[in-house]
Amino acid sequence: MKDIVEIRWHGRGGQGAKTASLLLADAAFNTGKYVQGFPEYGPERMGAPITAYNRISSERCTVHSNIYEPDYVVVVDATLLTAVDVTKGLKAEGAIIINTEKSPEEIRPLLKGYTGKVCTIDARKISEEALGKNFPNTPMLGAVVKVSGVVPEDQFLKDMEESFHHKFATKPQVIEGNMKALIRSMQEVQQA
Amino acid sequence: MGIRDRLSGNEAVAIAMKQINPDVMGAFPITPSTEIPQYFSQYVANGQVDTEFVAVESEHSAMSTCIGAEAAGGRAVTATSSCGLALMWEMLYVAASARLPVTLACVNRALTGPININNDHSDSMGARDAGWIQIYAETNQEAYDNFVQAMRIGEHKDVRLPVMVCQDGFITSHAIENIELIEDDQVKKFVGEYHPENYLLKKENPMAVGPYDTAAYYMEHKKQQAEAMKNAKGVILEIAKEFEALTGRHYGLFEEHMMEDAETAIVIIGSSAGTAKQAVNELRAQGKKVGLVKVRVFRPFPMQEIAQALSKVKAVAVMDKTESFSACGGPLFAETRSAAYDLKNRPAMINYVYGLGGRDVRVEDIEHVYAELDKIVKTGETGEVYRHLSVRE
Amino acid sequence: MSYKKACEVNETITWHDITPGGDVYEGGTSKLVNTGDWRTMIPTFIADKCKHCMLCVPVCPDSAIPVKDGKRLDFDFMHCKGCGVCYKVCPFGAITFGKEEK
Repeated sequence: MKDIVEIRWHGRGGQGAKTASLLLADAAFNTGKYVQGFPEYGPERMGAPITAYNRISSERCTVHSNIYEPDYVVVVDATLLTAVDVTKGLKAEGAIIINTEKSPEEIRPLLKGYTGKVCTIDARKISEEALGKNFPNTPMLGAVVKVSGVVPEDQFLKDMEESFHHKFATKPQVIEGNMKALIRSMQEVQQA
Repeated sequence: MGIRDRLSGNEAVAIAMKQINPDVMGAFPITPSTEIPQYFSQYVANGQVDTEFVAVESEHSAMSTCIGAEAAGGRAVTATSSCGLALMWEMLYVAASARLPVTLACVNRALTGPININNDHSDSMGARDAGWIQIYAETNQEAYDNFVQAMRIGEHKDVRLPVMVCQDGFITSHAIENIELIEDDQVKKFVGEYHPENYLLKKENPMAVGPYDTAAYYMEHKKQQAEAMKNAKGVILEIAKEFEALTGRHYGLFEEHMMEDAETAIVIIGSSAGTAKQAVNELRAQGKKVGLVKVRVFRPFPMQEIAQALSKVKAVAVMDKTESFSACGGPLFAETRSAAYDLKNRPAMINYVYGLGGRDVRVEDIEHVYAELDKIVKTGETGEVYRHLSVRE
Repeated sequence: MSYKKACEVNETITWHDITPGGDVYEGGTSKLVNTGDWRTMIPTFIADKCKHCMLCVPVCPDSAIPVKDGKRLDFDFMHCKGCGVCYKVCPFGAITFGKEEK
């Protein structure tokens, strides 16, 4: 149980934070890990703040509660920084990863004195340039893998490519864009 | 040798249904069980099963459809939650008393009042006296495994009772976790074909199902039904043994965790048992002699066996994920305390009503329960018997 | 084996032997029940006056007027409950209706 990594996702209904948490669970599962991926459910509405979770470990985790002291927090939409207490319970030795065009230094003052690592990634820009649309999930996933090291990077990229080939079997043109988005986000995520 | 996968509890149950390929599914959508008929209807549309999928106008009709299909000699399944199960109420009793082994995937959700979509056990616990076998799951794996075993239990000639396979709404139904699936052909072989002795479509033997039962006969039928429920206990264990031979996964009427030398214990059902196991492991690491009993089969209730499991502990907390408004505790508490009455040395026993309407249950919450049990052992005072966990005072 | 003939299920049967759920494994078992015993009034068939017009046959609620080769026969008194509807519809006075003597 010692090696367990707990991640909390913040997003807005319709942005795919839940899907991103499930994609991360998939990626970790493919490397032989035990995974949990689950949203915190309520009567969901488009745009309302939502939370999703991941537990990733090398032994089965039997705990079925929400996560209160995450190792990592992922914020899919920067407008949540003022609406939700995103660093609540976040471990100081962990990190927060935020989708924003700003730098970690610019963001840190918004994080209520959080002393751990602050990471930023412009997932919107990467997505629009690589995929032609704002699908922040793929770049966020790349940034989380890079920062957390929860999945070995080369194996992650290999698995994701296979998974995209399977998922987009009928539209192979988007596979390259998704891979580009993943790689770019892993290179461009700023950590401070 | 098993297929390693990661699935939500709803997907896992839908896959079990696909592998079984029942004759009829009658279902109506309700959160959080909706995904089960939704996935299953895709299997029907894709021709992966040849099940007759009946999209009905209510849960009352869903259960009626299953009853008709079973009476005709078919295998029928459905899935529901909360108010959906409540709307089936009348027909639950009909299925059980007509001795028709319908299999129902119950994705536990709070009953309305106030309206709530999250997990507790008020739906299936309310139906506990309807004459259905009730099997509860801690994980997606158990939900899948229980569903694969359910038909063999319900259809057994000494049982002939409907089976409710329960899992916790959202907590396991919508959470992706690792799972080991059984190969399709192995499931088909394990579940086998259904050959009831008598059924409506047996043309050489016309019959009537569900006739009016006068006072001269009703008691005999109820006694017979009660005996079938008693028989179910042995059959459940028999089928579990066969299942273990196939998969290596062991199932009993309940599971004991660290009970050998336990001084205090909790008795609990469903997904929170996993959270409680973590609490037990952490307390054990501190040298505390704590244990846990996870009830898998609530109907029939394993009375003597649970009493035996609790015979050496000093204090027990029974955890009810439902209110029964008896003003003195929940249904699991009533059964467990009644079981313990026959023990020479009865442990002190308290009841916690917990986790209602999706109230999250953390490791710390369970540790608090053990701390309270510790206090009872140390002081010899049981104090308040009927308690509520994690409620703001 | 849960199969039983309907005539084997009566008020002396034990819970061990009773059919599950009250299943009845035959059709037409109401024929076995002597509902004629419920009669307090009784119709009498006067064959000489009968024109075999068949008006009485379909109105009998207990199917207690047998017909053979286009001719109605005497009443089936095991099932006739003595309601008198046949007596009312007969245009030829071929059915009389009076107190049952037991």
